[in-house]
Amino acid sequence: MAVQKLPLAKALNESLRKALESDPKVLIMGEDVGKLGGVFRVTDGLQKDFGEDRVIDTPLAESGIVGTAIGLALRGYRPVVEIQFDGFVFPAYDQIVTQLAKMHARALGKIKLPVVVRIPYGGGIGAVEHHSESPEALFAHVAGLKVVSPSTSSDAYWMLQQAIQSDDPVIFFEPKRRYWDKGEVDTEAIPGELHKARVAREGSDLTLAAYGPMVKVCLEAAAAAQEEGKSVEVLDLRSMSPIDFDTIQTSVEKTRHLVVVHEAPVFYGSGAEIAARITERCFYHLEAPVLRVGGYHAPYPPARLEEEYLPGLDRVLDAVDRSLAY
Amino acid sequence: MTVESTAARKTTRRSSGTKRTASASAGAKKSQTSEPELVQLLTPEGERVQHPDYDIDLSADELRGLYRDMVLTRRFDAEATSLQRQGELGLWASLLGQEAAQIGSARALRDDDYVFPTYREHGVAWCRGVDPANLLGMFRGVNHGGWDPNSNNFHLYTIVIGSQTLHATGYAMGVAKDGADSAVIAYFGDGASSQGDVAESFTFSAVYNAPVVFFCQNNQWAISEPTEKQMRVPLYQRAQGFGFPGVRVDGNDVLACLAVTRWALERARRGEGPTLVEAFTYRMGAHTTSDDPTKYRADEEREAWEAKDPILRLRAYLEREGHADAAFFDALEEESETLGKRVREAVRSMPDPDHMAIFENVYADGHALVDEERAQFAAYQASFADGEVK
Repeated sequence: MAVQKLPLAKALNESLRKALESDPKVLIMGEDVGKLGGVFRVTDGLQKDFGEDRVIDTPLAESGIVGTAIGLALRGYRPVVEIQFDGFVFPAYDQIVTQLAKMHARALGKIKLPVVVRIPYGGGIGAVEHHSESPEALFAHVAGLKVVSPSTSSDAYWMLQQAIQSDDPVIFFEPKRRYWDKGEVDTEAIPGELHKARVAREGSDLTLAAYGPMVKVCLEAAAAAQEEGKSVEVLDLRSMSPIDFDTIQTSVEKTRHLVVVHEAPVFYGSGAEIAARITERCFYHLEAPVLRVGGYHAPYPPARLEEEYLPGLDRVLDAVDRSLAY
Repeated sequence: MTVESTAARKTTRRSSGTKRTASASAGAKKSQTSEPELVQLLTPEGERVQHPDYDIDLSADELRGLYRDMVLTRRFDAEATSLQRQGELGLWASLLGQEAAQIGSARALRDDDYVFPTYREHGVAWCRGVDPANLLGMFRGVNHGGWDPNSNNFHLYTIVIGSQTLHATGYAMGVAKDGADSAVIAYFGDGASSQGDVAESFTFSAVYNAPVVFFCQNNQWAISEPTEKQMRVPLYQRAQGFGFPGVRVDGNDVLACLAVTRWALERARRGEGPTLVEAFTYRMGAHTTSDDPTKYRADEEREAWEAKDPILRLRAYLEREGHADAAFFDALEEESETLGKRVREAVRSMPDPDHMAIFENVYADGHALVDEERAQFAAYQASFADGEVK
C-alpha cells in the first residue's frame, strides 16, 4: 500500500532508499552513516543494502565531507551528506559558503553542484552544547544555496528526494525533535513544489508562519486559540530560501495579522526578513505590526533552560493576543 | 641538429652521492628548508644528472617543447604584470620562477586527467590549452572564472587557500568509483599546507585510496611569511604520517618535476593512491601585485635563487647538447612578443559584463527572490530616460 504511517526519521530513511534505488549517482556520506545508520538512524540499513561505495562512512572532518562531496558532484555524482548535528556544520561552513554556493555562478553556469547537506537541527531533546542550534538564517543569507525544512513525515519523504533531484545545492534542515513524530506518507502521491508554502490550518483572524519544528507548536497554539474564539491560520513555510512570500501575502491579506515563529534567535533571523517583506507587500492590509517569536540573542542554553528559551504554546499565544490587540 | 642523434647521446652521469649541487646548500640552514632528498635531473648549470628512482628520457623535440612552454608562460606572466601596473587588471599573481614546477608537472598529465589549481597556475593552464586571455577575466573583474572547467579538465582558480585540495580528492574518489584510469592533480602552496582542508584532503585521499597527486609548490613565502612560520618539518615528510609517499623535487628543474609527477600519476592510475610532491622552488616576484617583497625579504635571497632560474638552466642544457640553435631561440622570442601583444589586446578589448549578469547563474533551477530582484533591477534600469544606468 502506498500510504504508510511513519515517524519522520523513518520517512527520511525511506526517501534516501528511494533516491539510492532510482539514481546510481546518488551517494550518502557522513560520520557514522554506515553500520550505525547515523546517530538518529536516518540512514539505518542503507549501507547493508547499497554497499560501502554508495553509503560512505567518512573521517570525522566536516570540511572534508562537504569539500569531497563538491569534488564528487563535479565528477557527476549527487552526494547527500549528513552533518551529525547543527553545531558541527561550522567547520564545513567555509566549503559551503565559499565553494558550494558560488561554483555554479563562477563557472558561468557550465557546472552544477547537486549536493544536499542534511543537518539535524533545533532544540527540545535535552542535548548538550552544540547539539540544539538553528543556524538556518546563516545559510539562507547566502546566494547560491537553497534552504528547506520539512515538518511532517510526508514532506520529509518528498522534499528530501526533491532536494536530491535539484541541480542546486540544498541545505536540508531536519527538525530533530520531530524525528519520532509519526505521520502519513503516500509514496505514490504527486508532491507539491519544494519551495511552496503549505497552509497547514485555515483561519481568518491571524496568520502564524512557521517551519520545521515550530509548525507543530503553532498548530497547537491555533487549536488553543480556537477555544478562545480566535480563528488562526497556520502556514508551514517549508522553504527558507527561497521563501514563498506569495502564500504569506495571500494569507495576510485575509487575516491582516502576522506572527512569525521560529526557534532561531529573533535578531537578524528569518522572521526579520519575512516581517520586512510582508510589511512592504501588505502595508495597507496589516492591522498590526508583524510580530516575531523566537530564541533570544544568547547562546543556546543548557538543556535545563531550553524550555524557557524555545518558543512554546504560551509565548506564541501571547504574541497572537498582542497582535490582535492593536 | 638532428633529433635522433642528440636524443641518443648519453647524458652526463654523476656519482650517486647524496650531495647534489652547490645550490643545495643555499637553504640548508633551516631544517624545514634543507634539501636532503631533492630529486634533480638538471643542475642549475644545465648539466644533466641521473637519479636512481626518477629518470626520464626525452627527445630534443620534447625538451624544446618544455622550454617553449616555460618561455611563453613567463612572457604571458610578464605581460599580465605590466597590464596590472597600467591599470588594466585589478590584481595579478605572478608565477615568475615557478615555470619549471608548473610546466614539468602539467606536461606529465594526460588529457583525461583533471586539474584543480590555485590562482597562480598560469603555466598549468597553458599546458591544458586554456586560452591565456581567459585567465585574466577574473583579475580584470569581468567574471569570477571565465572558462568551462570541463572543456580542458582544468577547474576554476580557487582563491580560498587549500579548498581545492578537497575538491580534487572528491573528484578522484569519483574517478575511482567510475573505474576510470585517469588521475587528478591538486596544486597548492606551502602556506596552504597549514590549512585544515589540506590535512583533511590528505586524510580522505589516504582512507579512500584516491587517485590524486598533491603538487605543492613550496615557493618559500606565503605573502610575507617564510616557511619557518608554517612548518617545523620538511613538507614532503608530512605525507608519511597520512600513509602515502612524499617526494621533494627540485622545483626549478623541469625534467625532475616532469619525471616525479609522471611517476606519481602512474601510481595513482595503478590504484596505489595519493602522492605528495613538494616542488622546492621560489617565487621571484611578489605574492601578488599588492605586496612588496622588499619589505620582508632580503635581495641576496632572490639573487641566490635567480642563479637557479628554471629557464636558464634548460637553455644551457639545450645549447650544451646542441638540441636547439639560434634560429629556434629567435623564433621563440618572436612568438613570445606575439603572445604578449595578443594578450594585451585581448585584455583591453574585454567587454564589461552586461548589467544583468549579476543575476545570471546564481542558481541552476532558478530562485524566486533572484527573479524578483532581477525584475526590479531591470525596471530600475529602464527608468532612466536614455536607457542607460551610469
